Amino acid sequence: MSAPARRAALVYAGPALGGLALLPLLDFRANRIVGGDGVMAWAATGGSAYATALLAALALGTILSGSQVLRLALALAALALLGWMAGQGAEALMAETSEFARVSLGGGFWIAAAFLALAAADAAARIGLRAMVRIALLAGPVAALALALQTGFFDDLSILREYDANRDVFDAALAGHLRLVLGALVPALLIGLPLGWLCFACPRARAVILPVLNILQTTPSIAMFGLLMVPLGALARSYPGLRDWGVGGIGAAPAIVALALYALLPIAANTYAGLSGVPAAMREAGRGMGLSPARLLAQVELPLALPVILTGIRITVVQTIGLAAVAALIGGGGFGTLVFRGMGQAAMDLVLLGTLPIVALAIAASLAFDAMIEATARGEAA
Amino acid sequence: MRRYFLAPLVLAALLVVLLLRPELMTPLLRLLAEPGQDLIYDRKPLMTLALWHLALVGAAGLVATVIGLALGILVTRPGGAEFMTLARMASNLGQTFPPIAVLAVAVPLLGFGFEPTFLALCVYGLLPVFETTVAGLRGVSAPVREAARGMGLSGVQRLWRVELPLAMPVILTGIRLSTVINIGTATIGSTVGAVGLGEVIVAGLQSGNTAFVAQGAALVALMAICAETALRGLGRLADSGALTRA
Repeated sequence: MSAPARRAALVYAGPALGGLALLPLLDFRANRIVGGDGVMAWAATGGSAYATALLAALALGTILSGSQVLRLALALAALALLGWMAGQGAEALMAETSEFARVSLGGGFWIAAAFLALAAADAAARIGLRAMVRIALLAGPVAALALALQTGFFDDLSILREYDANRDVFDAALAGHLRLVLGALVPALLIGLPLGWLCFACPRARAVILPVLNILQTTPSIAMFGLLMVPLGALARSYPGLRDWGVGGIGAAPAIVALALYALLPIAANTYAGLSGVPAAMREAGRGMGLSPARLLAQVELPLALPVILTGIRITVVQTIGLAAVAALIGGGGFGTLVFRGMGQAAMDLVLLGTLPIVALAIAASLAFDAMIEATARGEAA
Repeated sequence: MRRYFLAPLVLAALLVVLLLRPELMTPLLRLLAEPGQDLIYDRKPLMTLALWHLALVGAAGLVATVIGLALGILVTRPGGAEFMTLARMASNLGQTFPPIAVLAVAVPLLGFGFEPTFLALCVYGLLPVFETTVAGLRGVSAPVREAARGMGLSGVQRLWRVELPLAMPVILTGIRLSTVINIGTATIGSTVGAVGLGEVIVAGLQSGNTAFVAQGAALVALMAICAETALRGLGRLADSGALTRA
């Protein structure tokens, strides 16, 4: 491996080890509210000097190793070891104290985990794996994590204690979040795709549609949620029958409408960009073959524009998953409920219990769309 | 010059008038509020809130622009090319984190108030500036680069006098995007106690007072549109070459 590539590997391994050297692996608190004592990775109780040394060796290996496949393997091994240290450490710390004590993951753990994961992703990207293969590779660590959670290996960590205590809330938040995202995306697609086509087919419509959508996008999300409470609340007051359909000033309805409005711009703008990017020669060829405008759209233009349109949908999905967290402010449900409740109680682990699933959902969605975009772009090249 | 900045000036004047004389909004707000509710938020002067809002967004924007520009320049230099994958991945990953998550995670580390919001705004402002700096610098055509080299300009001179001026319109798009996003995100900062116009909206949501929500939303949206048109004007000015001719 060239010297610059080593330097890049250093960018991951350096902060990962530095984080563990300076910040605690775990935080130990006598109960849920009081401040914690940091437990370093090599501490006698809750840490392990041997495991820390092994972790350092694996991380240094990612800098020295000559092949990217080896770097990927070393980074994944280091991640697994880090997870083992956290679970083992929590169990050791909890064995000695009352059940009110809490062990949460410390700054060192998060920094090391983030940079090791980045190192693995970087190595995977440099090997040049296809998106589908990357997803298949990712299934390994995800399955290992699921197995560890299932067998109760991490049960002494306070984030899982919060989960145990809030299992109903968590399940409702997951269902609510998915309902918000899907509820917003389906109408946004049904409206946004034709709007994008209209922008392409009729320049005069474009001059109106895109600026209006731009202004919608600049409205702060929290304000949009609040503002939509007004008309929907008024609607529900005048037609009480609508309440049975879930329409009201407070709840999921204004949140879904707001999220759908935000989703319109990236969908419509990318549909327009994709359609106008179709080479004129292709269009001419299709017309020359005697295709009607509708069949030209369906058989030539849409397939060629598909990668760009899918990119727009990917941006939209990731954005909607994140924005849906704010819906909790107006009683819209979703993972934001856990985040805001955690902030109110100054309970960091509850905040994380709401935040991590949002990030996981967003990453999963963007990986899935990357694979789809790659597949459609390849189909085009074939 | 005037045609680029007329719209933002008019909008800014309107914003200042509404901030100093919020009672001008009462006829409209009366339509939204329940009878007996306060119409105008009066726990703090709206002007104070707006200035804090601007200070927060401005300070974070400045930091984000400096770091984003520096990183963008670094990864487009020959020696920094290896860091491109890292920067791309980090910026893709950054976009999957919702602003509220960054705020929520920053609170235990930095406490409530200005600091966590400032951090979140820096992180969020960084991505668009970085992306557009890379795109702008890469968009400088090879012949132009060669010509600059042929004139005997050093690496720093080429960057400063040729590449950056040519990339400026694109970079300004990133700064504009980053500022507009941050004016909105700063509103969410009020849920963790940052002083700003978001306070009015959050107070309205908590007490079920739609008049508060509407005036906060209108003022923030006006501020965002004002910043958007002003920076768009600056971008057009850069496009016309007026900034680089000097």
